[in-house]
Amino acid sequence: MTAHDLVFVIVGLVTAVSAILVVTSRHLMHAALYLALTLTGIGGVFLVLGAGFIALVQVVVYVGAVAVLFLFGLMLTRAPIGREALDSQNRGLGLAVAGALFVLLAALIIPAFGGESTAEVTGPTIEAIGIAIFADWVLPFEVLSMLLLAALIGAILLARREAGESGTEAEVTRIEMGEALADEPDRHEAVGTSAPAGELGAGGGR
Amino acid sequence: MSPLGPLLLAALLFSIGVYGVIARRNAVLVLMSVELMLNAVNINLVAFQNLLFPAELAVSGQMFALFIIGVAAAEVGVGLAIVFNLFRNRATVNVDDVDLMRW
Amino acid sequence: MDQPLWVPIFQTLVVFVYFLLVTAVLIWAERRVVARMQHRVGPNRVGPFGALQTLVDGAKMFFKEDPTPGMVNNPVYTIAPLVGVIAGFLSIAVIPLGFDVTLFGETFPLVVADLNVGVLWILAMGSIHVYSVFLAGWSSNSPYPLLGGIRSSAQMVSYEIAQGLAVASVVVYAGSLRISDIIAGQQTSTLIEGMPGWYAIPLFPAFLVFVIGMVAEAGRPPFDLAEAEGELVGGFHTEYSGMRFGMFMLAEFMNVVTMSAIVVTLFLGGPNGPTFGLPDAIAWVLPILWFSLKMIGFIFFFILLRGALPRYRYDRLMSLGWKVLIPIALVWVLVTAGFVLLAEEGIATTVRLVLAGAAGLLVLALLVTAGPARLAGASDRPKRAPIPTPAPDRAPASRHVERDREEVAP
Repeated sequence: MTAHDLVFVIVGLVTAVSAILVVTSRHLMHAALYLALTLTGIGGVFLVLGAGFIALVQVVVYVGAVAVLFLFGLMLTRAPIGREALDSQNRGLGLAVAGALFVLLAALIIPAFGGESTAEVTGPTIEAIGIAIFADWVLPFEVLSMLLLAALIGAILLARREAGESGTEAEVTRIEMGEALADEPDRHEAVGTSAPAGELGAGGGR
Repeated sequence: MSPLGPLLLAALLFSIGVYGVIARRNAVLVLMSVELMLNAVNINLVAFQNLLFPAELAVSGQMFALFIIGVAAAEVGVGLAIVFNLFRNRATVNVDDVDLMRW
Repeated sequence: MDQPLWVPIFQTLVVFVYFLLVTAVLIWAERRVVARMQHRVGPNRVGPFGALQTLVDGAKMFFKEDPTPGMVNNPVYTIAPLVGVIAGFLSIAVIPLGFDVTLFGETFPLVVADLNVGVLWILAMGSIHVYSVFLAGWSSNSPYPLLGGIRSSAQMVSYEIAQGLAVASVVVYAGSLRISDIIAGQQTSTLIEGMPGWYAIPLFPAFLVFVIGMVAEAGRPPFDLAEAEGELVGGFHTEYSGMRFGMFMLAEFMNVVTMSAIVVTLFLGGPNGPTFGLPDAIAWVLPILWFSLKMIGFIFFFILLRGALPRYRYDRLMSLGWKVLIPIALVWVLVTAGFVLLAEEGIATTVRLVLAGAAGLLVLALLVTAGPARLAGASDRPKRAPIPTPAPDRAPASRHVERDREEVAP
């Protein structure tokens, strides 16, 4: 076992453990933070695999943007904490499916790649990646940029408030929500205060 | 370095993501689990590229990983916007509670 | 690795000690300069001209009781200030202080790690720094820190985009993501004979965007909305005290130093400068001197901004970032790319300069005509119903504030 493998094992363990905590944590915010840690760990895995460029793109895009977006999302929807609120009844089923899937994948991977081994990890250079993006993959790249633009516009359109609409929950449709609303009597307390302040103040409280 | 380690880690992360999608109720948490699955695929792609086909000129594995990162960013943006809309209209982000086709 | 082990350790130590010293001097200089601007004397008790005030303040912070409010979310509350300091330290790892130095028979550059993706590294560390502010605001479990945290993380994420686009034009122009290549590309101008080839000149709009963005990114006045003490008590660090508060302060000032170092490296040639034909034995000092002088200039600029400008309003801050800076930076990436592309097609430099100049004028015209109206955001702000007064029982949970920073010196 080389030093390289050792580094991989450490980074991989951190990544795997924090990934497990993402799906088991009872606290939403902690789940999001573990997600950020997992994504950073995956960046570390890329680094060990010799893909420095992808690793830093991973940190900039995933840790810097996507995970922050999730944190914002959690604050603005102020979900309750606790296992009952976060998990559905399908935990056992989920565990069975996920376990079976992992066993299946491992049973396929180990015989297929068990013998392979490279002495030295050498990824393509930055120049090679740049040329590949703008020569071989230029059409997908352009399509991706259009996709991102469409997503940007779509997200703004979906999340935007119509003019005159005030706080978030002023006009909640109360259908089959009896239980959910009764659980949290203070839910409507924030209505009427300045919208972001009310939402956020209550969101962080949990 | 053997590709076994990264591939097994990716398989584990993917399975964890599957568990999260099935077992979680909160829509934001479901989205997070989907992200885990996408990242697992990225590990696979980068591992294949750098460990098995390091000399490939088109750098396909890393390119796929880059595109997945881009698409995932778009997906999260739209997904969270939908979740916000849901929260605004129904005061819930539980995926179990939004099983009506209309109301 | 054919170098002995002490070389990387020495490199790391020199760079970190250098930046820490600059930070310490900055804290003192800021108080002195701002005091001068306000017709005060500033700290003048400890050491000559009060120069040791920072040390004494640090000692005070260190020995101060550091109570943890009962409702905070430990351990996130404890980790948050550390994240900021660590991100600040890590981002200077790719900034070279000077060129190759020969000491004790070993030749090495004065940089911790010259990564081949150095520019991305800087951006990545900037995005990790957001976590410090956000987590501090959230884990304090109190309304004002939360608002401050949300505000400043939204601000940082927004200005990161503008900054990233400004850096993109540098990368396109230099043709490399490696910091040492970017510095080498600025050694001599390809456009005008005998001039330094600082990227600030051909990429002036990007430079401008980056400078404004870095003030916002560092959370400094006039963009210090995160800790607008008039409205948010202390912003995200309201609940912190003692050494943990000190770490936030250290991170903020470190950020000023790092940002100045980054802008000098990317746009003002870094350690490039005349060597006056000195022998090599002495000439290695000069690049460090040039780098330090340029950086100190920017630090001084930060301090002057703080003394001279009132705080920006939050909605205008966001309008500025999204509606002015990002479009300018985006257009300039395109112009730069066109400029570089035409050079490869063999078009004469004068033609390219005329085209780029025309594009620059166009941007300027857009800015002058549309800028003020967009900034004011008069047309696109939704009409709001008057906000009813909140219920009295929703008063802030804690008003425990650390106001040491604003202490008026004798």
